[in-house]
Amino acid sequence: MFDDTRLLDLTDLLREEFFTTLYIVGLTLLVGGLLGLALGLALSTTRRGGLLANRPVFVVLNLLVNFFRPIPFVIFIGAVQPFARVVVGTGIGEKAIIFAMTLAATFGISRIVEQNLVSVDPGVIEAARSMGAGRLRIVLTVLLPEALGPLILGYTFVVVAIIDMSAIAGAIGAGGLGAFALQYGWRQFDTVVTWTTVLIIVALVQIAQFAGNGLARKVMRR
Amino acid sequence: MPLVEIRDVRKEFPARSRGGSPTVAVDGVDLDVEAGEIFGIVGYSGAGKSTLVRLVNALEPATSGSIRVDGTEIVGLGERSLQRVRRDIGMIFQQFNLMNSRTVYGNIAFPLQVAGVPKSEHRKRISELLHFVGLADKALAYPDQLSGGQKQRVGIARALATSPKLLLADEATSALDPETTQEVLALLKQVNTELGITIVLITHEMEVIKTIADKVAVMEDGKVIEQGPVFDLFSRPQHPATRRFVSTLVADQPPERALQVLRERHDGRFVTLAFRDPAVRQSQVFAELISRDVAFELVYGGIEDIQGETFGNLTLSLTGDPTQVEAALGAVRALVDVREVAA
Repeated sequence: MFDDTRLLDLTDLLREEFFTTLYIVGLTLLVGGLLGLALGLALSTTRRGGLLANRPVFVVLNLLVNFFRPIPFVIFIGAVQPFARVVVGTGIGEKAIIFAMTLAATFGISRIVEQNLVSVDPGVIEAARSMGAGRLRIVLTVLLPEALGPLILGYTFVVVAIIDMSAIAGAIGAGGLGAFALQYGWRQFDTVVTWTTVLIIVALVQIAQFAGNGLARKVMRR
Repeated sequence: MPLVEIRDVRKEFPARSRGGSPTVAVDGVDLDVEAGEIFGIVGYSGAGKSTLVRLVNALEPATSGSIRVDGTEIVGLGERSLQRVRRDIGMIFQQFNLMNSRTVYGNIAFPLQVAGVPKSEHRKRISELLHFVGLADKALAYPDQLSGGQKQRVGIARALATSPKLLLADEATSALDPETTQEVLALLKQVNTELGITIVLITHEMEVIKTIADKVAVMEDGKVIEQGPVFDLFSRPQHPATRRFVSTLVADQPPERALQVLRERHDGRFVTLAFRDPAVRQSQVFAELISRDVAFELVYGGIEDIQGETFGNLTLSLTGDPTQVEAALGAVRALVDVREVAA
């Protein structure tokens, strides 16, 4: 098994694919993270009893998220390809996969954000209102800081999910560690390449989890 | 002019389900809170008292009626104007509602930030407030490191940060043990007397009313059923619900169960004497009975001190010649209220 591996010949490519994965995951996390935060904020504040309670808006957003979220990601990539062509100009490659991943991440993150914001004690929000604070101030200086610890844990969970999604990038011709493992490891019966890539992905996930846990612990002071 | 003037205020919450009828939480309430007083609102849960107090700082908009706070009509005001009104009304809560992500200092700084107080003035003001509530050494602690009583002190400091004229206290001591309750009530009294801040206080405990309120309103089913100075209400409760509240502190007539036992032990005529006039002494009453050879036994009752004035209800079992008993009671009626205990 170790005699006929091409791992050594592939190290440059592996390094390149590693950074591709970091790029895809990082950009998705950044853009999807912000959009998901906005959507999650909208979901949690427009629901009944929320700061901006607005039933029609909530119903529409809720339906939208519920519609897109259960779609398996492999199918999702294909389904949003026409939109990718309009928005990023292409239906294949890195840009298209980042588009699809960002969209999927936005819907996923929005639910995590919503859950964490809804669990903030409404009494604290009421206290802030009683002091004459406006809604935007309450969202930025009360709601988000109060939920910060759980939000960080939620985002950490999402990082793992995004790395998972990125493995399918090869389906529409984008690179990254997932595509590399499939193409040069699994399809070539090169178990060493497959497992080396797997270990790198596992290490990546571990680092993200460790950093997220640490940060959350610091914020929550436990 | 009263500091808070509530006229025919009504609050409905929309029906939870389609076709249901709206819930009427506050139903035509009139109240005046004079500047400088501590005004208690007492009622069982669901009576509408929490909703009523939230109408005063417009956390909930009133459905109809008029609420004037320091001369400003707040019913129908827009959100922006209401935010300004709220900055001049402090509020404290049963569950304290402190921000766990901020230190004590940060919590008290919040209303200052909202009111646009320059940051350079925060330290001095917060230090003053912390000294006032007795937590000068806790500025950098987080709320989860404090006891319940300490948290409520922070809540009070936070509510006073912008020097409001009015403080709303929503069941502020209901989550505290009896000893801490007394400490927090003493602090509220200090807020009232030393800083001259008017307090509207909501509670389901008559003990709280008795300890610090000047006036009290009793609420039931969204309505104020009785209101007046605390001593008057305690000594002469008119409404059955008010009687029930007062009886949690001061024994009234013996309840049915106790009465059965008492009747087995005593065969005299049962009357309840209500002592309310501080000028009337119990010995005067007893002298009237003794002078007509009426024997009496004290079978039930209690004497309570309300803010320096004493009153109480004593149930006696009287034995003697019926005409003498009647004559003695006639004389006693001139001194105190006499009620027969139903056989």
